[in-house]
Amino acid sequence: MNKLGRWGLKRSPWVYHIAAASCNNCDIEILELFTPRYDVERFGIVLVGSPRHADVLLVTGVLNRKNLPRVLEVYEQTPKPCAVVGIGTCVCNNHIFRNSYNVVGPYDKYLPMHAYVPGCPPKPEAMIAGILKALGKL
Amino acid sequence: MIGWSGWGLAFRFIVFPGFLFTVVIGLVLTWVDRFVSARVQWRKGPKFYQPFADLVKLFTKQTMVPKGSSKTVFLIAPVIGLTAMCIISVLLFYVNFNPHGSFVGDLIVLVYLFSLPPLGTIIGASASRNPLSAVGASREMTLYFGYELPFLLALVVPVIKSGGAIRLGSLVMAQQAGGPFLYSVSGVIAALIVLASIQAKLGYVPFDIADADQEIMTGVYAEYSGASLIMFRLTKAMMLFLLPLFLITVFWGGFANWWAIPKFLLILLLIILIKNTNPRFQIDQALRFFWFGLGGLGVLAVILAFLNL
Ligand code: SF4
Repeated sequence: MNKLGRWGLKRSPWVYHIAAASCNNCDIEILELFTPRYDVERFGIVLVGSPRHADVLLVTGVLNRKNLPRVLEVYEQTPKPCAVVGIGTCVCNNHIFRNSYNVVGPYDKYLPMHAYVPGCPPKPEAMIAGILKALGKL
Repeated sequence: MIGWSGWGLAFRFIVFPGFLFTVVIGLVLTWVDRFVSARVQWRKGPKFYQPFADLVKLFTKQTMVPKGSSKTVFLIAPVIGLTAMCIISVLLFYVNFNPHGSFVGDLIVLVYLFSLPPLGTIIGASASRNPLSAVGASREMTLYFGYELPFLLALVVPVIKSGGAIRLGSLVMAQQAGGPFLYSVSGVIAALIVLASIQAKLGYVPFDIADADQEIMTGVYAEYSGASLIMFRLTKAMMLFLLPLFLITVFWGGFANWWAIPKFLLILLLIILIKNTNPRFQIDQALRFFWFGLGGLGVLAVILAFLNL
């Protein structure tokens, strides 16, 4: 990618939020990013409704047998280049669900992960840092 | 148009006041829109280069065509609205700066050209083979039938006031001679109706039914990515510039003078504030609002215009 394209990508990352069987806490914390308190539109980060518009996929929750094909499909539907950012400890290491019978995760077995944001749930500031780090790796 | 050589015509369509000029101004206006919206919501809002960064970013992305869609139609659909906007910008600027030029019936041509962008989105969304886009397309179609009726009724008012002229140049000249049509009861009503239709044509909040983010995942645009999404966004940006200009041309005395700038900003501010202070209509509510609410008002405005009020 050339310099101009990289500049555009870093200034306007549109995020799409994949809630893959999370406990919903990380999801609510992601929505916090778009409230006046954090206002990530300052950095051009916008929440989009369709994976076709996305540059960054925010995944939350553990991968299990049911949602694995769906998460992979959403990843395939996203135009490249796109970054995948794992939000929450669930994504990093399956967290408290690791002994469950249907868990197939962690994510890096199936998807190219660009950044992890640990925490249960992580702080919004950490998520912003995670998104920007992931874009730096593209 | 009359007396333009090939190169002059190409320059007018591509550089000024056609594609490039309108796009740049339109993108700046989308920034104004986002910034003022952010301020209304007590946020800081994006930087001024944000729409341009979005554009550059979308150019670097892959353009995807969904499996099973009709590829050609899917990719051509976004161009329809963009082309229509280029023609409109050339026409509007020409008419305002040379009110004697132009041709009879350009008002009607303009009305038709303004209805091409929704047509493009409907065609593209239907070609994409996505159920959410299909829902969006049917909503867009219903909405289009909704706002077009009061829009046309309201445009009858200036025609009556100028003594039956359907040439934009004559409308502008009549206003320069006898004062803008806006400064009368029927004019105010008609201009407000056109303002509501502009809101719906832009797909802004009380009427963002067809591309509702939270309900149907941006509906009509759900399958578009990369360069084809750019074209839709550019069309919207150009509309944000051209629709208020059209309102000024028809009701507020044309824009060939410096007073047009505060007028334009006032209309833009109104559009943004309406967008930020209203909840979304359901599609049936929107239809009822346009047909029975604004349609009735439109008939009233036409009657008042006949009575010279
Ligand atoms: S990391 Fe914690 S908060 Fe986030 S989804 Fe997992 S359990 Fe819930």
